[in-house]
Amino acid sequence: MKLSVVDTERCVGCQSCMFACARHHGEAGLSGTCIGVGSIGGMERGFKVIVCRACVDSPCVKICPTDALKPRKGGGVRFNTTKCIGCGYCQDACPIGCVFWNDETNKPIICAHCGYCAKFCPHGVLTLEKKKKRKEAGHATR
Amino acid sequence: MLPDDTLANVLYVDLSKKHFRIDKRQDLFDKYIGGAGVAIQLLREECPEGIDPFDPENPIVFAVGPLTALFPLASKTVAMFKSPHTGNLGESHCGGRSAVAIRMAGYGAIVIKGASDIPLYLAIHKDQIHFRDASSLWGIGNSFTVGRIIRENEPEPGLRTIMRIGRAGEQLVSYSCVVTETYRHFGRLGLGAVFGSKKLKAVMVSGKRSLPVSDKKEYKKVYHEIYQEAVSSPVMKKYQDLGTAENVVPLNKFGGLPTKNLKEARFDGASEISGETFAEQYLGRRLACSHCPVACIHIAALREPYEKAYFYKTSMISYDYEPIYALCSMLGGSDAAAFLKLMDRIEALGLDVMSTGVVLAWATEAQERGVISEKETMGIKLGWGDYTAYMKAVRLIVEQPNKFYKALARGVDRAASLYGGDDYALAFGGNEMPGYHTGPGAHIGVLIGSRHSHLDNAGYSVDQKVLAKKQVSPEELAEALLSEERWRQILSSLVVCFFARGIYKPDAVSKTLRLAGFDIAPEDLLSIGEEIHKEKYRFKTREGFSLDKLRLPKRIFETLSPTGKLDEKFIRKTIEYVKEEMSRSPGRH
Repeated sequence: MKLSVVDTERCVGCQSCMFACARHHGEAGLSGTCIGVGSIGGMERGFKVIVCRACVDSPCVKICPTDALKPRKGGGVRFNTTKCIGCGYCQDACPIGCVFWNDETNKPIICAHCGYCAKFCPHGVLTLEKKKKRKEAGHATR
Repeated sequence: MLPDDTLANVLYVDLSKKHFRIDKRQDLFDKYIGGAGVAIQLLREECPEGIDPFDPENPIVFAVGPLTALFPLASKTVAMFKSPHTGNLGESHCGGRSAVAIRMAGYGAIVIKGASDIPLYLAIHKDQIHFRDASSLWGIGNSFTVGRIIRENEPEPGLRTIMRIGRAGEQLVSYSCVVTETYRHFGRLGLGAVFGSKKLKAVMVSGKRSLPVSDKKEYKKVYHEIYQEAVSSPVMKKYQDLGTAENVVPLNKFGGLPTKNLKEARFDGASEISGETFAEQYLGRRLACSHCPVACIHIAALREPYEKAYFYKTSMISYDYEPIYALCSMLGGSDAAAFLKLMDRIEALGLDVMSTGVVLAWATEAQERGVISEKETMGIKLGWGDYTAYMKAVRLIVEQPNKFYKALARGVDRAASLYGGDDYALAFGGNEMPGYHTGPGAHIGVLIGSRHSHLDNAGYSVDQKVLAKKQVSPEELAEALLSEERWRQILSSLVVCFFARGIYKPDAVSKTLRLAGFDIAPEDLLSIGEEIHKEKYRFKTREGFSLDKLRLPKRIFETLSPTGKLDEKFIRKTIEYVKEEMSRSPGRH
C-alpha cells in the first residue's frame, strides 16, 4: 500500500489531511504530522501537497547513521524511534522535503503510508494505492 | 481548560517600546471560553475610556478559542479595538490561516498597543517575536505585493498567517480593512486604519505544536462526527457549491436586494451578477480556511486584454454575496467583468468593500440630485453602473486630495453631515448597510447589533423565515434578535465560523468543549453568551453608545420591502424593548 497524490488541482488548502495525520499519531494539533500543504506562491495559484512518495533506495535511509530508518517492503521506510539520535541528516537528505520534524520530540516523523489522511481529504486529492498499481513517475508531491 | 494548554498565553506587544511579554490568563479563558468573550475583557482592561481610536493606547486584540486547531471549522480570529469608523466598539472576524496560526504559535490572544516611530511589521514565530523594519513596504500601492514580499522574507509556508494593510489603512480611511492570505479580511469597522495609526504594516504569525485533549480515543471519535457533518450535511452545501453569491437571485426575487442606493429593492440585472453566472463564467478556484473542509472561498479568474495586442492579464479575484451587492446592485451595475476589476482595485487598496460600495452609492445619488457637483468630485461624473468613474473615485477616496474625498473616507454619515442628503445616507449605527432590505428585522438587527453587522443576529433571516409568513409583535422580534445574538457570542468565543452554526448546536459545543477540558453543560452556554453580549454593551455604553440616539435613514421607509412598507413606530418600539431587556437582567459585573 502506498499513499499517493492523485491531483493537486482539487486541493482547496484546508489542511484536514495534516490534522488527520497528527491525530493518527495520537496527537491533536500539528506537531505530529508528516504531510504538508502550502500554496505554490500565493493561494491564487493553488497548492502543493508534500508527502513521502515511498521511493526505492531512499536517500533518508542511506544517510541515517544509526539504522533508525530501514527500507520498507515495497518502497519507503520504517522508522525505529529508539535508535534515532535526532541528528536531522534524513531531513536534509530528502530533496522533496518529505521528512517532517517534530520539534517537541526532536525526531523525524516518517510517513507509514497508512492512508488515514486520505480518509479526511474532502476532494479526493489523496488516495491509498494498492501495491500492484504503483506508478513510478508522476506527481507524487505536486 | 486543560492545565498544559497554551491557549491561556496572552502575548502583549508594545510597539512604542518594541517590547513584549507573555502572561497566563487562564482566568479569562476559563470564564469566557475564548474569541469574542475573552477579547471584550482584554479590550475593557486595555482601552482607556474615551480615547481617540488613533491614540497609541488604543489596543488591537486578537483572540482564538479552545476548539481552534482541535476541531474543524473553529477557524476564525476575533479582533477587537476601538473603531475609528464608529468611535465605539470595533469587532471584526477573519478566517484564512489566522486562527490556526495564532493557536499553533502558542497563544490564545495577542494584544498590540503603542505606536511605532517607523513603519514596521511584526513577525511572531512561536515565542520569537521580531520587530521588522517595514519602511520599504510603506506606501506600496498594492496590498498583494506586500503579502508577496513578506511571504518570501519569512519561513514556515503553509503554517502562517500574514495580516496586512493596504494604502487605505496607511491613509487612515476609517473603513479600511486588514487582509489575510490575499482573500480574507478583518473587514468593516476600520481595523486597517488602527494598524495604520500605529505604523504597523503587517502581523505575521506562525507555529506548529501539539495540543492536549482530555481523552484521545473520544477525541478521534467526536472529530470524525463533526468532520462527517461538515462534508456531508445539507446545511453546508450552499457554501460549497455557489458560495454566498447564491443569495443574489433569491433575494432579488424576494424583493430585498438593495439597488441604486436602495431607491429600489429589485435589480433588473440580477441574473448577470448571480452566483450561477459567476460560477459558470468566472469561477477559477475554490479555497478553504485552515481546518475547514468546506472551502466556501470562491475566486474568479478574469482574463482581459492588456495594453497591447497579444498581451493578456489574468487576475484571480475573490467574490461573495456582499461585495456583489455593494458594487453591483447598489451601484446599479451588472457588468460582471467590470465589477471584478473594481473589486480587485478595492482589495489592492485595502478598503472595506461593503462600506465603499455604499459610500459610492450615496455619492452617485448626491451628484444626481445636485447636492454635490464635479467641483467636489474633481471632474468625475458618477453615474449608476459607470465603473470607469468608480475605479477613479476609489483611488481618490484613499488619497483624499480634497475635503469631499476626505469626508468620503470617513463614511456616509460624515459625508452627509457635511453635504446633506442624510435621508439616503445608508448607515446604521455608523456602519454602512449590508445587502438586505428584507424587512424590519434586517435594519433593526444591524442597529442593535453590538458591531452593527448583519451577522450579529441575522435579522435578514428572521425577515425571510418568519416575518414573510406572519406578523410578529415588536417584543417577539426583539426577543428573536437578542436570543440569536446571545447564542452567536458563544460561536464567536469558540471562533466557530457562523456558516457552521448548523453543526455546532449546544450539544455539539458542549461535547467538543469537554475534550478541550471545559465542562460546560449545553444549557449553561446560553447564560455565558448573554453575559458576553452584556459585556460588549457595557463597553459600548461606556464609550457613548445609546439605543436612543440611533438614526433611521428615511430611505428605508420609502422603498417597499418584501414584508411591506416599513413602519417607523414598529421599529422604534422594537428598539425600546431591546433597551428594556438590556437594562433589565443584571448579569455579572
